[in-house]
Amino acid sequence: MRRSLPLGTYRPGSTVWHRVPAGPKLALVALVSIAVVALSGPWLPMAALVAALGVALWARVPPSAVWRGLRPFLIVVAILGAFQWWQRGWPVAVEVVATTVALIVVGTTFTATTAMDRMLDAIVRGLGPLRRVGVRPEKIALAFSLMINAIPAIFQIAHETREAAKARGLERSLRANLSPMAIRTVAHAYDTGAALHARGIGDD
Amino acid sequence: MAAISFDDVTVTAESAAGDVVILHDVSVELTEHRIGLIGSNGSGKSTMARLVNGLVTPSAGTVTVDGIDVADDGPAVRRRVGFVFTNPAAQLVMPTVAEDIALSLRRRVPDKAERERRVTAILDSYGLAHLAASSVHSLSGGQQQLLAIAGVLAIEPTIVVADEPTTLLDLRNSRTVAERLFALEQQLVLVTHDLDLALQCDRVIVVEGGTIGFDGDPAAAVTHYRETVAAP
Repeated sequence: MRRSLPLGTYRPGSTVWHRVPAGPKLALVALVSIAVVALSGPWLPMAALVAALGVALWARVPPSAVWRGLRPFLIVVAILGAFQWWQRGWPVAVEVVATTVALIVVGTTFTATTAMDRMLDAIVRGLGPLRRVGVRPEKIALAFSLMINAIPAIFQIAHETREAAKARGLERSLRANLSPMAIRTVAHAYDTGAALHARGIGDD
Repeated sequence: MAAISFDDVTVTAESAAGDVVILHDVSVELTEHRIGLIGSNGSGKSTMARLVNGLVTPSAGTVTVDGIDVADDGPAVRRRVGFVFTNPAAQLVMPTVAEDIALSLRRRVPDKAERERRVTAILDSYGLAHLAASSVHSLSGGQQQLLAIAGVLAIEPTIVVADEPTTLLDLRNSRTVAERLFALEQQLVLVTHDLDLALQCDRVIVVEGGTIGFDGDPAAAVTHYRETVAAP
């Protein structure tokens, strides 16, 4: 069983955010994400983070789910923040950390309030006009959903690989941690491909 | 019942040491309702099962399902043949239970409301309705395998191929999954190490070293397999 599910778990509900159609919501998330990245200085990104947390609460995404979404990224965010502080001072560190965390919260809120089926429909509809130039919207939508589902799967593989290395007294060995993880991630991709193939998904 | 036909089928795989023969000149017709494939690890029984769905294509010879060559028209064959994997976690590709069933129905049922109604009905019939919004990763092994079977049957296949579907399950879940599979009206090709399950089939094939070692009555096949395994 997965201990941490950062993205991709839809939680049914009846809030405004659940009712907004997937297409406009996806476009809104894209626009908000671009705007958040464009913000500079320590205070505006902090305000964006507070707003993102506010929207998550409004959408009734449980704080525990937001925390589970953030937890796997904490070490990376901490290293990023410390490096920026050392190199460019605290205002830039706050800007980078607040922007990154805000984007993760926005992503978590989006996936928690949007059923994957609706998201696939929205992508297929949105990319429909591109059929004329040979684009297959169904395949792009499927790739999008697989990517979201792969995130918890890869975290689970990383967790199991760490446990296996620890059981053999190799928890400090980079090779014992990274090599099996890379191989198992590729194997997971292969298995997913075989499962899709077996179900006839992507055949047409 | 559907007709699955293997005609002089050979499957080879490349390895560092050269080509390895996995199946060698296998010819067999499968028309019974429930067909068991048993054999040692690496004997080639899973490869035989995968050939039926087109997951593996023959290096030589032909495999046909209802007269359709698997190598020529894989999509048409896969619309007829559902495949259940040993590890259900590998088969569940959507984040939640309901979404995974909906994925199977997307092409067959374009209307969203009708699709949601069918998803609910399918989950209900498998006792999984209360888990509709749950992450597929949070289910027990037995629930995952039931969901995988439900996802396969949602495409309404005429043949179900199951590759060791109970191997990773405890006794209770194993029985539940087996009961589901044996209750199917569809033709069932079951790869298994569980000889009790094999005995419930109408016909059992023992695969040995890439060839058919025995083919016929389940009791006789299981006896043959036991004697072969016990032999020095």
